[in-house]
Amino acid sequence: MVGVSSALSLRYANILRSTCTNINVDNGAKELLDHKYPSTLESVDIAEGEILKAADYVGFDEDEQHRIGMAVRECMVNAVVHGNRYNRNKQVHVRVALSDEQFIIRIVDQGEGFEVQEVPDPLHENNLLRHSGRGLFLMGAFMDDMKVRKVLPSGTEVTLVKKVAPRK
Amino acid sequence: MSVKIETRKVGDVTVVDVSGRITLGEGSSALRDVLRDLSAQGNKKILLNLSEVSYIDSSGIGELVSGFTSVSNGGGTLKLLGLTKRVKDLLQITKLYTVFDVHEEEAHAIRSF
Repeated sequence: MVGVSSALSLRYANILRSTCTNINVDNGAKELLDHKYPSTLESVDIAEGEILKAADYVGFDEDEQHRIGMAVRECMVNAVVHGNRYNRNKQVHVRVALSDEQFIIRIVDQGEGFEVQEVPDPLHENNLLRHSGRGLFLMGAFMDDMKVRKVLPSGTEVTLVKKVAPRK
Repeated sequence: MSVKIETRKVGDVTVVDVSGRITLGEGSSALRDVLRDLSAQGNKKILLNLSEVSYIDSSGIGELVSGFTSVSNGGGTLKLLGLTKRVKDLLQITKLYTVFDVHEEEAHAIRSF
């Protein structure tokens, strides 16, 4: 499992450097969900449930649905708590799309944004016993690809991707 | 299902039986409160039984870590019992599996204190 952690750590480093470029969000993908949620913890549960319905529709098995749900939950919590700071005047925009190869989730908050490179590596020995700071890492660990970028006028867009098995 | 937490004594060990989901909000705050109260009451040997926990998010992991740290700082010991595969995987990928003393059988865990 140490090897797995090392591989995940490397992938996490790639996320921080935003080197994941094989996300083809607008390449003929079919939209499965497009909804704006209020900045509440209840929205986290609702969005997770809606996206899991979509994942089930696509045909992901129970384990993959669990991983997708974990990533979505972490992302929604970040958007509601750290991005929008529970501000009820701000929303979290969630879109889910399906292409031939990818199940793509985009979650956008209206917060002030953050420098992804400044997020401490939760696997570093100095950070292992920190109370928080694992959400971004877990999103990357549970999905096949991930990208974080600032959006204008303010906010953060996180794109989470799970590969789809070719349909027979 | 939200979280349900019950405590019981086995000798001088306090066993905390947790079931349900430990996620941001009610679940993680309930666990935090229980561990804080147990420490404040002077309990030094705490065994956290997670065998009925179906789901932990990063907030829940944070509470496990904080509980472990606060109990240790108070001169006590917090150990984990009965991790499900998913919780075990989560602790492994976050490199926390080796931080905690994890047991599969309660009797063995009790004797290990």
